[in-house]
Amino acid sequence: MSYINSELYQQVILDHNRKPRNFRKIEDATHSCHGINPLCGDDVYVYLNVNDAGVIEDVSFEGSGCAISKASCSLMTTHLKGKTVEDARINFKEFQNMIIGTMDPDKEEHHLGKLSLFMGVREYPSRTKCASLAWHTMVGALDRKFDGISTE
Amino acid sequence: MNDHKVMSSVLDVDKIRSEFPALTRTVHGKPLIYLDNGATTQKPLQMIERVRKFDAEEYGTVRRGAYKVSEYSTQLYEEARQKVADFFGAGSKSEIIFTSGTTQAINLVAYSFGKQFVKAGDEIIISNIEHHANTVPWQVLCEERGAHLKVIPVNDEGELILEEYDKLLSNKTRIVAVNHVSNALGTVNPVKEIARRAHSVGARILVDGAQSSSHMKVDVQDLDCDFYTFSGHKMYGPSGVGGLFGKMELLEQMPPYVTGGDMIMQVTLEKTTYARPPARFEAGTPPITQVIGLGASIDYMNGIGMDNIAEYEHQLLEYGTKCLEKIDGLRLIGTAKDKAAILSFYLDCVHPHDIVTCLDQDGIAVRGGHHCAQPTMIRFGVPATARASMSFYNKTEELDALAESIRRTIKIFS
Repeated sequence: MSYINSELYQQVILDHNRKPRNFRKIEDATHSCHGINPLCGDDVYVYLNVNDAGVIEDVSFEGSGCAISKASCSLMTTHLKGKTVEDARINFKEFQNMIIGTMDPDKEEHHLGKLSLFMGVREYPSRTKCASLAWHTMVGALDRKFDGISTE
Repeated sequence: MNDHKVMSSVLDVDKIRSEFPALTRTVHGKPLIYLDNGATTQKPLQMIERVRKFDAEEYGTVRRGAYKVSEYSTQLYEEARQKVADFFGAGSKSEIIFTSGTTQAINLVAYSFGKQFVKAGDEIIISNIEHHANTVPWQVLCEERGAHLKVIPVNDEGELILEEYDKLLSNKTRIVAVNHVSNALGTVNPVKEIARRAHSVGARILVDGAQSSSHMKVDVQDLDCDFYTFSGHKMYGPSGVGGLFGKMELLEQMPPYVTGGDMIMQVTLEKTTYARPPARFEAGTPPITQVIGLGASIDYMNGIGMDNIAEYEHQLLEYGTKCLEKIDGLRLIGTAKDKAAILSFYLDCVHPHDIVTCLDQDGIAVRGGHHCAQPTMIRFGVPATARASMSFYNKTEELDALAESIRRTIKIFS
């Protein structure tokens, strides 16, 4: 295994896969959503606590999935804590654009910080949904999609 | 492992490999090691060339034109039907219906047999290790008819528990639908015995042959199955064609599944009478070129010999099983005594999708996921598995490379 793959499976991603952060349920969450990727069976719940000022005070996740989906959930939760709902939506769009290759984080301005590690996913079309499931589910929670969301 | 020599030389595998152009491809700079034959098989030159010649020199519509080009095309099309009938031991070529593949063939039976023979309160039996294609059509039928779906459980090895099957059978059972070989586990089901017991209560049996048709000698009369389904693209033939064997006494009683041209006896604006099988079930222009290709792939397999194929693939299975069993943290899912050359496995520390991506970097193509068999995954308590499914063109060296690549993958994730 190789060189190309190490761009996908960066150490930080492998670390978050082994030890996912915020891997728990928020019992009194103001927002939550169930997200599935029917093609590969990734299955996550994202929980958020948003205060009256629109700030995400706490965010967490539970579920099962591959290293990319688990690390993406984990890194997303660490990134969004303390951010506003508006910021979260902007980050979602930037993240989406990065993994489908329409935004190059090395050349364009963005607010993704460490999340730009997922740039390598754009070389793996079959894996982009693994990386984006966390984000779709988070936005689904904000939009109160009570029936859950699906990447298909 | 260096005991390649223990493999008996049932087949000249190097010669066979030279007949499959796809096997010379490289992936990520590595020679392709193709181990996703359960999903689809690569194509031999003999079939590729036959299709090219047919399209270039012999192509015409079938069963319609009263001119030479069409008549000849029809003759070749019907010869291919005879080849399929002979390959599966059918009594008559009229019992072979061409469809787009196994999925459509099962849907055809669920719809047409269901319409004629299944009513409210009746029961249909499937197993816990079916492909979604042999699950969902029966669920839909049961819902529409008010019938009930019963499921044969499996033991921890992935074998059907026949004592439990006996308890499900009754005079309410209309049809039993099981696979010959499980695509997710590799289990070879005792379909002859399952058929015998179904018939003893007056029920019919459909055997999903998607995973058995190109790996063992199948004789539908010996198995005494009422329906048997298959896919051309898993038999070294083209995609877009497959079919159904059905006993004529049943096909004759079943209404059409798709209606339109070529399946009629006579149409007036008031009433239509239907053609006899197989035409009744082949509305519209069929996949003509693909049928010719399927005939050629059957010629190719017959040239090697189905018994030789089965024997060689069994050796590959035994060799591959030994390779994988030595890997710490690897759990084989599906350890039936009677197995086809499929190795489904789960690693403690690496999700199947990550396994697939890592193996791909070494040029190794395997499948990762639920294999369209989610009830099977649930039964074995895993979200998904990685699956290496073998063909007679695979070599033991490729299985060594598979094991080595899995070990490297584990190292990265642990």
